[in-house]
Amino acid sequence: MLKQISQLHSLRGWIATLSLLGIAIVVIPSLNIFLPQESFFHVPDYIVSLFGKYLCYAMVALAVDLIWGYTGILSLGHGVFFSIGGYAMGMYLMRSIGKEGVYKSDLPDFMVFLDWKELPWYWYGFDNFSFTLLVILILPGLFAFVFGFFAFRSRIKGVYFAIITQAMTFALMLLFFRNNTGFGGNNGLTDFKRILGYSLHEPSTKMGLYVITATLLFLSYVLCRYVVKSKLGRVLTAIRDAESRVMFSGYNTLHYKLFVWTLSACLCGIAGALYVPQVGIINPSEMQPSNSIEMAIWVAVGGRASLGGAFLGAGVVNGAKSWFTVAAPDYWLYFLGSLFIVVTLYFPKGLIGIFTRFSPAEKTKEISR
Amino acid sequence: MSSAETQVKEESVNTMHGCILYVEGVTVSFDGFKALDDLNVYIDDGELRCIIGPNGAGKTTMMDVVTGKTRPDRGTVFFGQNHDLTEMTEYEIAHLGIGRKFQKPTVFQNHTVFENLELAFHTNKNVWMSLTKSLTGEQREKTDEVLETIGLVNQMNLRAGLLSHGQKQWLEIGMLLVQDPRLLLIDEPVAGMTHQETEATVELLKSLAGKHSVVVVEHEMDFIRSIANRVTVLHEGRVLADGKMEDVQNDPKVIEVYLGS
Ligand SMILES: Nc1ncnc2c1ncn2[C@@H]1O[C@H](COP(=O)(O)OP(=O)(O)OP(=O)(O)O)[C@@H](O)[C@H]1O
Ligand SMILES: [Mg+2]
Repeated sequence: MLKQISQLHSLRGWIATLSLLGIAIVVIPSLNIFLPQESFFHVPDYIVSLFGKYLCYAMVALAVDLIWGYTGILSLGHGVFFSIGGYAMGMYLMRSIGKEGVYKSDLPDFMVFLDWKELPWYWYGFDNFSFTLLVILILPGLFAFVFGFFAFRSRIKGVYFAIITQAMTFALMLLFFRNNTGFGGNNGLTDFKRILGYSLHEPSTKMGLYVITATLLFLSYVLCRYVVKSKLGRVLTAIRDAESRVMFSGYNTLHYKLFVWTLSACLCGIAGALYVPQVGIINPSEMQPSNSIEMAIWVAVGGRASLGGAFLGAGVVNGAKSWFTVAAPDYWLYFLGSLFIVVTLYFPKGLIGIFTRFSPAEKTKEISR
Repeated sequence: MSSAETQVKEESVNTMHGCILYVEGVTVSFDGFKALDDLNVYIDDGELRCIIGPNGAGKTTMMDVVTGKTRPDRGTVFFGQNHDLTEMTEYEIAHLGIGRKFQKPTVFQNHTVFENLELAFHTNKNVWMSLTKSLTGEQREKTDEVLETIGLVNQMNLRAGLLSHGQKQWLEIGMLLVQDPRLLLIDEPVAGMTHQETEATVELLKSLAGKHSVVVVEHEMDFIRSIANRVTVLHEGRVLADGKMEDVQNDPKVIEVYLGS
């Protein structure tokens, strides 16, 4: 197993990957904790939180890349899986508030406000962290599995599939907007106090969440790398390029699509669960159709069918978004649209293509003839 | 890893009566137009059969029906005596041992030549096996052999999209070889090939017969002549003539619809 994992990268590749991991979980925390605030190299707390958020997005980008970049199935509904994971975590965080809410009740504030007398059954168990983790790991995947089973079995493909995923996220958003659904309506879940007893307002808790996110992102990356480097990964790209050939070669493509679709949803759910305690809120706007579209844009900009590209895209687009929301919020969507168009027209392999174009491996593949 | 794990369970195909494929009374219509019209074709076990016919005769459609891509409106297709192909999906049919080369060469453009063969290789093709296993030494040897046969040893690590048209045809045939099916359906294998390449293809197909059953669809008359085997002529979705090449060639009906033109 270890040997197989070590073969996922060349030595150079591993050095690069592990350096990035080191920067994320050692260098940045050290610069935050040990350097005095006035130092030029000090990394302020808000930057750590911001990076934590980006890392969640990067995990989403990995998930979207698996299903779209590698398998050629464009999903415009990954916001749903992200939100399921996020809401599950949010429910745990709500329950952890205890009686410290505005109404000093054992029930979450919004339920008191709605005059509910007791906890709905689907909130049971969320005061238990292990149960919550289990839900986070299983529910997004299960939901995806059922949805995917019907869609793929009916051989819904391409733009039709993309449209029904949009419809799915839109429908769920409307459902969650309703107060009666029991997830806090349009305000969602917020005002969290603590996680596992640690105050969410403490910088050290935030740092802890950030480090956990970085570590899980690294593990997800290794997992995805393992998948795409295996023969299964080659089957996935083959499905993308010539599905009927794959079927006539004896593969049940339904199973392959379901596998990668479910895996992708699971990763997305984990990302959502990591995101919520760091930003302090989850509400139905995460399921806006445009949110899921943005996720696909990260991957398109970074470079499809490249895990590094997914990272790059999530980083670049969200970095730009953070800058725009401060400097020129009205122009953000114009910028995003233009970026998307320019990249699709001039860099079909995404931004990562600019780097890999010059890599030796790519060259031999193109020339030796 | 035990070798039993990577072995594929062989489905028994009952060819007791000497026939491997029974196409009986098959009708396929597209918006009222009958691409196949009560077609009857029988392929013997181990036979090399050529199918010819003018454009639109229904040759490709017949392959579509056998491989599960198109469902017939009427009629039955049996593989051996015991497998009703009209009830099965594409991948199940492939699993049973029917391989197909498309009219337009279809290889995995973004995979290397070697990877194309790896994906086609006759082995357990479920998700878990694909995730955890790669080709065994023995399977690699077989792949190398096939690379030799199809003359693509030097292009092994080249992206298949960069191959010439003829080379793609060969690669697709190579994929069939490693898939090791009982019955091969080969749609226009020599389109875009040079004269020498065509001759080599003839040799290859001849060498396959016996161990496999081979059905070749072709337009190229020289190619059919050099195979010089039993020929079936399709026309407007029906069998127009059937027999030795010499006889078929001199059949006035055939001359009229096909050879004469
Ligand atoms: N999916 C389809 N929809 C409508 N018509 C079709 C379809 N597939 C085939 N046809 C029609 O059925 C007829 C038979 O087509 P087929 O491809 O089987 O011919 P063929 O003998 O393979 O011809 P060629 O030598 O040109 O390859 C043609 O008239 C074709 O236009
Ligand atoms: Mg044809």
